[in-house]
Amino acid sequence: MADRLLKRYSYNVSANDFTAAGKGSSSIKNNLKSLGIDANIIRKIAIISYEAEINIVIHSYGGKLHCDIYENKIVIISEDTGPGIKDVDMAMREGFSTASDNIRELGFGAGMGLPNIKRYSDQLEIKSDNDGTAITVTICL
Amino acid sequence: MNIREVVDTVRADVITELYDENTEFKWGFASDLMSDVLAYACSDSLLITGLNNPQVIRTAEMLDIGTVLFVRGKRPGEEVIELAKENCITVLATEYTMFKTCGLLVLNGMEGIDIDG
Repeated sequence: MADRLLKRYSYNVSANDFTAAGKGSSSIKNNLKSLGIDANIIRKIAIISYEAEINIVIHSYGGKLHCDIYENKIVIISEDTGPGIKDVDMAMREGFSTASDNIRELGFGAGMGLPNIKRYSDQLEIKSDNDGTAITVTICL
Repeated sequence: MNIREVVDTVRADVITELYDENTEFKWGFASDLMSDVLAYACSDSLLITGLNNPQVIRTAEMLDIGTVLFVRGKRPGEEVIELAKENCITVLATEYTMFKTCGLLVLNGMEGIDIDG
């Protein structure tokens, strides 16, 4: 039997808006806190959603961040329109980055985004083509 | 090392309120790369950085890090301070360089995080 979705939180993420970047993840974190989710789980999810959100800001034309709550798991879904990831295997390597210098000056684009997402996830699925990228990250409760 | 000792050791200015006088740091973590902070820092760390933008506070927020120390005389802007206040994150600033700041803190008992693997 398929897991039943208990709740979905969704946020729009704008490209290149570094002032707003992180607002969605901040809301997700606060919502999970109010649901009484374990602090260690919240920390993992906050890092995953924040890295995913920053990736949308840096690399896409804009997208959405979803946090789906199930009884036994939480799923973070990041979906964007944009050029996609040319080489997913390379993007998973720590230190590999296609970000520009001005992004690096902001403290990101060090090639740790996807590796960090993988580090804190129980399951990671990446679908990417010329039209955009969808990342689905599962964290078991 | 507690927050008062940190303030005294690096002659830091307290830019926001000092939200928790009893803050004890198990570790110090110094970086200008926020993804490295997200990868390795723990909630009971003092975050030391020369990067001066709101994403530093967002990063601290995600990790439940309660104190950020800006080095090299970087004075955080209003946007950074407001975001820190919203999240009750204490912001400190020192004139010392990153290297000197870390050196002084280590000499006074602060430890670095061991990265496993």
